[in-house]
Amino acid sequence: MKPRIHINRGRVIDPANQVDRQTPVYIADGRVVALDRAPDGFTPDQTIDATGCWVIPGLVDLRAALREPGAEHKATIASELAAAAAGGITSLCSTPDTQPVADSEAVIELIHHRAGAVGGTRVYPLGAATLGLAGAQLAEMATLAASGCAGFCDSVGPVTNNLIRWRMMQYAASHDLLLYLRPWDSTLAAAGCMHDGTVCARLGLPGIPVEAEIIGLQRDIALARRSGARVHFCGISSAQGAAILAHELPRNKRLSADVSAHQLYLTDDDCGSFNSLYRVDPPLRSNDDRTALRQALAAGTLSAVCSDHQPHEADAKLQPFSEAEPGISALETLLPLVLQLIGGELTASTAIAAITSGPARILGIDAGHLGLQAVADVCVVDPERTWQPATDGWLSSGRNTPFMETPLRGRATWTIAGGEIIARLDRDE
Amino acid sequence: MTDRTDLPATGSPPLRHLLDMSNLSRDAIEEIFRTADSFVSVGARQVRKVPLLRGKTIVLLFFEPSTRTRTTFEIAAKRLSADVVTINTSVSATAKGESLLDTVRTLQAMQSDMFVVRHRDSGVPHLIARHVDPGVSVINAGDGWHAHPTQALLDMYTIRQHKGDLAPLSVAIVGDILHSRVARTQIAALGRLGVTDIRVVAPKTLLPQEIASLGVRVFHQLDRGLADADVVMTLRLQRERMSSALLPSEREYFRFYGLTPKSLRAAKPDAIILHPGPINRGVEIDSVVADGPGSVILPQVSNGIAIRMAVMALAAGPTPRQQPVESETPR
Repeated sequence: MKPRIHINRGRVIDPANQVDRQTPVYIADGRVVALDRAPDGFTPDQTIDATGCWVIPGLVDLRAALREPGAEHKATIASELAAAAAGGITSLCSTPDTQPVADSEAVIELIHHRAGAVGGTRVYPLGAATLGLAGAQLAEMATLAASGCAGFCDSVGPVTNNLIRWRMMQYAASHDLLLYLRPWDSTLAAAGCMHDGTVCARLGLPGIPVEAEIIGLQRDIALARRSGARVHFCGISSAQGAAILAHELPRNKRLSADVSAHQLYLTDDDCGSFNSLYRVDPPLRSNDDRTALRQALAAGTLSAVCSDHQPHEADAKLQPFSEAEPGISALETLLPLVLQLIGGELTASTAIAAITSGPARILGIDAGHLGLQAVADVCVVDPERTWQPATDGWLSSGRNTPFMETPLRGRATWTIAGGEIIARLDRDE
Repeated sequence: MTDRTDLPATGSPPLRHLLDMSNLSRDAIEEIFRTADSFVSVGARQVRKVPLLRGKTIVLLFFEPSTRTRTTFEIAAKRLSADVVTINTSVSATAKGESLLDTVRTLQAMQSDMFVVRHRDSGVPHLIARHVDPGVSVINAGDGWHAHPTQALLDMYTIRQHKGDLAPLSVAIVGDILHSRVARTQIAALGRLGVTDIRVVAPKTLLPQEIASLGVRVFHQLDRGLADADVVMTLRLQRERMSSALLPSEREYFRFYGLTPKSLRAAKPDAIILHPGPINRGVEIDSVVADGPGSVILPQVSNGIAIRMAVMALAAGPTPRQQPVESETPR
């Protein structure tokens, strides 16, 4: 029997239902059973005092590497789901770049099994669109979808052959499957490891021009239009990329795009002393790009912000910049990074939508909102709470975050998934 | 060993690490030059040694082959009476799979006082400097396409020797700037010494996209880039540039960018010619120019020893100076 929970005195922000007011939330049998007034005979097993807090839908993260199976020295499903729950995330999509690659029912079942045993945050595995993410032969996408794959990626090993890319889209469209594509021309990106800009000119590192993203986007937009595929573009990094999408998205409702939270904060300037914690793919771009990405988020062109969580062991980053493995451990910083952006053009509602209802809509799952009878995925967040990842608890096995020494504002105090409390910040309350 | 990001350390000694030009003030450069002046005479003496670094251990850590730079560092260290160990990548532990930092940690445990590092990846000396103990210096002997500060310093020193104050000079750098740590460091050093007319001359395939942001004027035609130049610095062209579609052929490159008596007519008659070596005769420079009256290629080599002695003496020498090196942001 799941607990009856009464969340009291919080400001409820539920963008999908245009709710933004102080009101209690009542949860029973794993569902939201009422706002405002308790249902008849409701006696809570647990009352959460949310004074000064926001009550928002549990976060939906479109892209997170959990590393299991195959790279358990970096992280495990158990360690990362604990981090996700602490970060307010109640649903996440695991990336298929495991070993073996998630291109078979066996691996998908293993992920489901492990995640189920851990409990807490729900895992929606992403499958590989091509066998071994090698870009040559199609994976059994329809079969994988039947065993629970939420979408199919080329985003970690981009398919370089355009004919195969087109067929991948045609096939996915036939079964109405969601493709996660990385708009990326790999021949232009070549061996680059940072944005081809002024910092790159000074550091003498091989650069990745913005054109790698522009050409990748234009290619995929054309192929998506022709094939009718449902395409989600991962990790937009540039102003020009955002501008292309702003033009195209209203014309093709089957397209969507996200941005990684760190792209809204960091720029290539941060790579200036060869600190490999700032090595990410796609690379951190210029200040103008960052500004444009923030605007595209406010305008709704980018309808999801994701963690792009990539936990690494310390040695993976103790390398020369160009040799270091790309990525940031980010499950626990997604919420504060997004909340800190609120103000100016970005309303609280739009910001919260980008980590709840926006990504849920892209995935086509019933999550990310607090409507009546919705699955009770709830995050109680203290928007004023400042904390520092290095000193105030960090659960991910990957400590590779450039925000480790940065005071962040906003933190999940309670995380509820499917009506059960899966994380709670202050034990002594 | 902890991860320190506040590098290079400022304060005394005046030069803890030499990683690139970004933390060298003009005063620090002048001090290196003055110190080098005092060492030039050492090379002319019968006993070519000073006891400044007696008892110090200097490790030359070369992860990439080098003859000239390694040899001059070795000679410089020996003239300062240091104990020198040279480790080449072909015989090093990294070939057996030991990580870069493990190699450094191991050598540090043997009480090394200074690492002189050459690596094919940009940023490696920075990585090492972040992880060495206090009191251990790191000197960059060339990292990837990023920096080669002792080369740039010896180039500036050589220019000063022949032309005096650098600030009013017109300086042209010709060749493969994109892949050149030498060119990047020369540009930074010239800027730091007050030179305002810095030009780069190359086809776009051999230039970083945002090269102009480094404070240079960009030319694609040699005669225009060399017009009235006081100093012409050319760079070695690697053979593999042909196979990666950066250039059609050595022949065409020499025709349009090679330094010849004819192409140098655009420069001032008393212009000096520098080259970091080793030179490809008939590719980036004609033999007549390389061996001609304007060439200072051999003085560059001997100055290299004095400059490297100065840098090592200032970084590991026994007398901490009073005035700290001013830290300047590279941006």
